[in-house]
Amino acid sequence: MLATRRTTRVLIAASLLTIGLAACGSDEEGTAADLGKADDKQITVYSGRNEQLVKPLLDKFTQQTGITVNARYASTAQLAAQLVEEGDKSPADVFFAQDAGALGTVAKRGMFSTLSETTVEKVPPTYRAGNGQWVGVSARARVLAYNPDQVPADQLPNSVFDLTAAQWKGKVAFAPTNASFQAFVTAIRVQHGDAKAEEFLAGLKANDPQIRDGNGKIVEDVNSGVVPVGLVNHYYLGEIAKEKGTTPEALKVKLHFFPGGDTGALVNVAGVGVLNRSATDPDAQKFVDFLLGTEAQTHFAEQTFEYPVITGVPGPAYVPALADLAVPQIDLNDLDTLDATVSMIKDSGLVP
Amino acid sequence: MAVALIPLAYLAVRTAEAGWDTIVGELWSTRVGLLALRSLGLATVVTTACVLLGVGTAFLVTRTDLPGRRLFAVLASLPLAVPTYIAAFAWVSAAPRLEGFWPAALVLTLCSYPYVLLPVAAALRGADPAQEEVSRSLRRSGWQTFTAVTLRQIRPATAAGALLVALYVLSDFGAVSILRADTFTRAIFVAFDLGFDRTGAVVLSSVLVALTVLLLAGETATRRRGARYARLGGARRPALRLRLGAARLPAIAALLGVAGLALGVPAVSLARRLAAGMSRPGALPEVLTAAGNSLTVSVAGAALTMLLALPLGLLTARAPGPLTTALDRLAYLAHALPGVVVGLSLIFFGINVAYPLYQTRWLLALAYATLFLPLAVAAVAGAALQSPAGLEEVARSLGRGPWTVLRTVTLPLTLPGIGAGAALVFLTGMKELPATLLLRPTGTDTLATELWTSTAVGAYAAAAPYAALLVAISALPTWLLVARSGLLDKEDRQ
Repeated sequence: MLATRRTTRVLIAASLLTIGLAACGSDEEGTAADLGKADDKQITVYSGRNEQLVKPLLDKFTQQTGITVNARYASTAQLAAQLVEEGDKSPADVFFAQDAGALGTVAKRGMFSTLSETTVEKVPPTYRAGNGQWVGVSARARVLAYNPDQVPADQLPNSVFDLTAAQWKGKVAFAPTNASFQAFVTAIRVQHGDAKAEEFLAGLKANDPQIRDGNGKIVEDVNSGVVPVGLVNHYYLGEIAKEKGTTPEALKVKLHFFPGGDTGALVNVAGVGVLNRSATDPDAQKFVDFLLGTEAQTHFAEQTFEYPVITGVPGPAYVPALADLAVPQIDLNDLDTLDATVSMIKDSGLVP
Repeated sequence: MAVALIPLAYLAVRTAEAGWDTIVGELWSTRVGLLALRSLGLATVVTTACVLLGVGTAFLVTRTDLPGRRLFAVLASLPLAVPTYIAAFAWVSAAPRLEGFWPAALVLTLCSYPYVLLPVAAALRGADPAQEEVSRSLRRSGWQTFTAVTLRQIRPATAAGALLVALYVLSDFGAVSILRADTFTRAIFVAFDLGFDRTGAVVLSSVLVALTVLLLAGETATRRRGARYARLGGARRPALRLRLGAARLPAIAALLGVAGLALGVPAVSLARRLAAGMSRPGALPEVLTAAGNSLTVSVAGAALTMLLALPLGLLTARAPGPLTTALDRLAYLAHALPGVVVGLSLIFFGINVAYPLYQTRWLLALAYATLFLPLAVAAVAGAALQSPAGLEEVARSLGRGPWTVLRTVTLPLTLPGIGAGAALVFLTGMKELPATLLLRPTGTDTLATELWTSTAVGAYAAAAPYAALLVAISALPTWLLVARSGLLDKEDRQ
């Protein structure tokens, strides 16, 4: 009993000490309100992209420009919700999101400022907002990952819509909660109309779907033979190969790019937008320019296995070049009708 | 109490904004009905399993001659240090096809049965053996005595533990998302991911609050019938220990089996991931900084929570009444809300009311207080109930002022409860992820967020050391909790 009581006292003393320390700590940190004056040589970036993928890049930026980056990492969806909740009082200068849909959501609330024309013109119009409120900085292709032991290459479908056929029953994995899948469904709606999209989702649902939480898990399961095929983005192979200490080419899992401009071969982007409060902040401007520079674009190709969006930087080695893909003719700006897609996915019963 | 009201107020504001049509559209569907049933079903199954496992283990380690029972007491409590997302991830790594309701129920049971075990073990050790002896002297069999006397003695402790388990299951995200069990909480998270649908998520959350009210009403009903079973004076002495005899081996095997599932599977799985992967965690300073941040925010959270819980706990113990009960129950409401909703509500609060605190450790500590207040209140009230109010009355009658009595009598008597509550909140804060991600100061990494960062890009080997460190640090307060429940004391001889 005595020992317990002594421990308790120590614990309480420790708590008080920590409160003291935390108080000192927060003095140094400064509050959210203090940060973000224009040209103060620091910016706050809300990064929906993973810390492991972009931190080295941010460090390089700081090294070159002397601008400190306060990066806040969380999932793109959470940060979009956070930004909307914060409204005008958000301490963020830049939102670095994993997909165009999230950027569109924030842009629709009128929270982004218009980027300078010289900046956005480096990127083909397909990969940026028509009104210049956000710009894509790297591209990712939708693909069908397959296990060649279970599906020989000559039996692969020509169109993503074939996957609702009986021969694929119980064999197709996908992640309906994933933003990339949602963008893909939106693309079907844009290209073929709502009826076709509904029919496709219902077909998937009826075909004993293998639903996963995220794309990484799908690629792992295809690689190990748990599922024959899965709808994912192309770069997950690179991530998994990196963790296994091998090359994407050496993995069992292979990638199939749907031919002929099929919606299944949609190319989406990760991109950035600058919040209104930093419209004239040169630091934020420098950051966007840095992301579109050769060095950052090379980083995306080599370290995150994505496609660069500016000319002159080669893409990752294990996939065909972006220019050689038969990308469906879809304007990413048309992918902002996410609400309708979401209710469609909900109604399909593919998500709880 | 305002703390517990922040999320509720937020829900009210946002739900009202949504408009009646949206609310009806979101809620009036078979989907929502099914989700509600499945959540309640999961809570029922897990709570029942936890009660059986918790009471059984508690009995074995307190009332039998099981060899190495102190070791087993620690071993059986340690799963408290394992976050459900780590456990679920470990199970999926070991058996990739595992998914759905029953696997989720298994993982949740293995992670949360100590919530029942600890209070019940303490109650079993503290209960007056005289009642059991009287029962035996009246020729009731050992089994009859157990069901008629012992189980009644531990009913309040069991009900309190079961309530925490049930609320935890309602709010848990880790296990249900990784094991793909479609529950309410998963639907709420999915609503965020699906098109950043804040309104849908918030409207669904209000249903979760309604479910919680149901559960609380149920528990309050058992509480009314469960009177206090304190010692009626006399010397403190231990109860008789049951000789297990031939049942020894099966008992040991069962305890080892549960420990193997709850601790062994995650340990082996993490080790395998570490060995197989090429990624490595950041340099030592980075790991240590994360550990330091985890410690400071959790300790600050625990301290703040105790500060808020103390008056409420003492009130519950010393001045029971409808108002106190209402306040106490209110504290539980936020406990069943998913961390992401509590996180958003505190963003709302920080932006609109306490902007200087926004994205500081203090707001995060406040989030922990909101989420874990009931854990602390229960511990304080429990300890206060064990000490007779008479002592305070004597002190008052001897001319001491109310503050002096509080300082010299009440607080010292309640201290073990304060310690236990603080340990529990600290430990739960270490494991918390969704609210931490939303509210942490920009640039502050904790062990839980580092773990999330690494697993999100498939760098499992990099994640493993953070997970191991998280469990190791959480094991310390767990040990404190075991010690507090008296399971390590040497006084018990046959």
